[in-house]
Amino acid sequence: MTTHRDAKGRPLVAVTGLGVVTSLGQGKDANWQALTAGQSGIHRIERFPTEGLRTTIGGTVDFLFDGPFTAPQLSEKLATLAAEEAVGQSGIGPDGDFPGELFMAVPPVEMEWPQKQELAQAVDGEVDYDGLLRAAATRKFAAMHELFVFGGVADHIADRFGTKGSPISLSTACSSGATAIQMGVEAIRRGETQAALCIGTDGSIHAEALIRFSLLSALSTQNDPPEGAAKPFSKNRDGFVMGEGAGALVLEDYDHALARGATILGIVAGCGERGDGFHRTRSSPDGKPAILAMQDALADAGLTPDDVDYINAHGTSTPENDKMEAMSCAAVFGERMAKLPISSNKSMIGHTLTAAGAVEAVISFLTIANGTIPPTINYANPDPAITLDVVPNEARKAKVKTILSNSFGFGGQNTCLVLTAPPEAA
Amino acid sequence: MNRRDVVITGIGIASSLGEGIEAHAAALAAGGTPVVDTESFEPYPVHPLLALELDRQIPKKSDQRQMEPWQRLGVYAAGLALDSAGLKDDAEAKSALQVIVAAGGGERDHAVDSAILSGLRGANEPGAYLNEHLMGDLRPTLFLAQLSNLLAGNIAIVHGVTGPSRTFMGEEQAGVDAIRTAHARIASGQSDLMLVGGAYNAERRDMLLLFELGGYLRRDSFAPVFEREDAPGLITGSAGAFLVLESAERAAARGAKAYAKLSHAGAARSRRAPGTVESALTKLVGAFGAIGPDSLAISAATGCAGITAEEAAALKAAAPSAKRIAAGDLVGHGVEAAFPVSVALAAIALSAGQAKEAIVTGAGHWRGEGAAHLVQA
Repeated sequence: MTTHRDAKGRPLVAVTGLGVVTSLGQGKDANWQALTAGQSGIHRIERFPTEGLRTTIGGTVDFLFDGPFTAPQLSEKLATLAAEEAVGQSGIGPDGDFPGELFMAVPPVEMEWPQKQELAQAVDGEVDYDGLLRAAATRKFAAMHELFVFGGVADHIADRFGTKGSPISLSTACSSGATAIQMGVEAIRRGETQAALCIGTDGSIHAEALIRFSLLSALSTQNDPPEGAAKPFSKNRDGFVMGEGAGALVLEDYDHALARGATILGIVAGCGERGDGFHRTRSSPDGKPAILAMQDALADAGLTPDDVDYINAHGTSTPENDKMEAMSCAAVFGERMAKLPISSNKSMIGHTLTAAGAVEAVISFLTIANGTIPPTINYANPDPAITLDVVPNEARKAKVKTILSNSFGFGGQNTCLVLTAPPEAA
Repeated sequence: MNRRDVVITGIGIASSLGEGIEAHAAALAAGGTPVVDTESFEPYPVHPLLALELDRQIPKKSDQRQMEPWQRLGVYAAGLALDSAGLKDDAEAKSALQVIVAAGGGERDHAVDSAILSGLRGANEPGAYLNEHLMGDLRPTLFLAQLSNLLAGNIAIVHGVTGPSRTFMGEEQAGVDAIRTAHARIASGQSDLMLVGGAYNAERRDMLLLFELGGYLRRDSFAPVFEREDAPGLITGSAGAFLVLESAERAAARGAKAYAKLSHAGAARSRRAPGTVESALTKLVGAFGAIGPDSLAISAATGCAGITAEEAAALKAAAPSAKRIAAGDLVGHGVEAAFPVSVALAAIALSAGQAKEAIVTGAGHWRGEGAAHLVQA
């Protein structure tokens, strides 16, 4: 059998399945239709009371449960649906017997207020943690343990899909979805596994999560109209909008995919990753870690900036991130940056946090497949300090073979992926 | 890919026994009485952290204030590891040093939570009440101080380690997979130098609550990990351990001391029916080849019912002549840090000449099994 290797002699990593859920809908078709129509999934939050909050909007996914649910339950449901779509498309393995490993970006979760209140009801007098511990010791609330352990969601997904080995639950803040993909690429390149199910999921919009980002002054407070709040690269951008969703990719050793006659949707050609020791929430003012992450990803792919046709931006719509990203891109792409299209999916789906890198990778491969770049919506008031072609407001037809997808997160996490069209001749 | 030798060139460890290689080498050699606090969290015993001089590894008070205790402990242990590897002042190495952290998270403000839960009982509009009090009473930076990936972020900021980092979550197995992945990256040539480890603060009721919900805690008194049949369960311990892993070539080229060679690291996920932990561990350890007579078995066992006996049986079958030490008997169970702590203890024992070879095993309290194999460098 012919073995296909990249320029560095490593196995090529093919994508054979894609799945996505966001506030725009379930599945690739629904999402693609809405994204290319410039629709927003951001709306007023109705899941919990928003009285007294500065931000009252989000890209919540509200169509999956009838009754109350917790963040891990929604995160698991989102991941399951995205993975079912991706595994189904790839046609790999019998149902429930995925022949490869699981790399999963999951939100760090804690016990939520409704569950704490449930325990508190069993406490006489003033509530304190000793009282909660006594309530816990009755064993009447045993199911809460598995609900709120960090490894729970990935463990359940491993059971559902029958992935092999020890599932990884990871967090690199808002880079997490990209990191899940990178870890799958690395494992395939090491030859440890022939296939990887890489998922980013986040269904963690509840009162305290929203308030915490609000206290950090990270969120947009332009609540009215909700669909106008996320406006990456605009002059009047004032923060991100929280979103929910999941993206799932089946990665596969290229030869393994060929041998079973799978349709190859694209290649994860390169990954770059750099830490930033500057600040807990802010990026280095010189943009160096982001610049190096982009350059590393291109070098890992054996490509140059000239090969890139489009950038899927991190583009959060916070004043600082968008400025840093624009500056960093200019440093990598030079004069060409003024004409190189770069758009932000977050203008429509919000910032899906842990899931973002995976959701946006899925959208990137759809961009390649369809020859259409989704727009940056709400771009009515350009920031004169950011001179980018943000594909304003309307989708654009374009031949796209190579995409750089950026993800940057709190804690100095910078992860960039180079995603390419399948080789024309295998 | 070619498999390359992976050596441990830095060890940073802090626990109820103190900090550093010597304190833990002495405890490994002598056994002795563990440090247990049975009163502060009654009825739950814990192994409390021996107070650290934080300034020695985290010089800025402003940095210390930006972290909760588990993050401070981890940053401190990471600093010790960099010191012992001779990398603390090597800016070039630190800019390339890749980090994998096994992390939990959280650390609630117990007073705020308690007041809100009491207040919610009488609130006419509970939703508005909750919003008002969370907005007013949560410290704005608390989120970052307790966020899982911010342990790695703080290692970057405090120690100037600006290579990429990954944070693994998922209780004990996060520690196993962190070691396994770091080893695999170096063995395959994807990396030359890694900092890997974890930290756990046991002195917090919010984590005790999570374990108690599932009935996983031992009550009242200390008993050795493998002798808890009367009341099985975890006795958690505050502990942090970080290791510098390096390709043997790179270590030799810079003349670094190798404390031990990490020859294998493996992980499994059994579906937890009776016997599955024993068979998973037996298979993992079986991949290491024959275990020599002068060997040491360091177990990260939890003390939880059933699985601890299965781990004992697997160890007895795989390495019948090995001296068995439960890390939990020395420093308590460190959850995400439990496996890194155990590997660190094994490396310390080998470096001190207490054994020629060591295996490390661990079965998570609810999921995941792992094992590692170390030999003298």
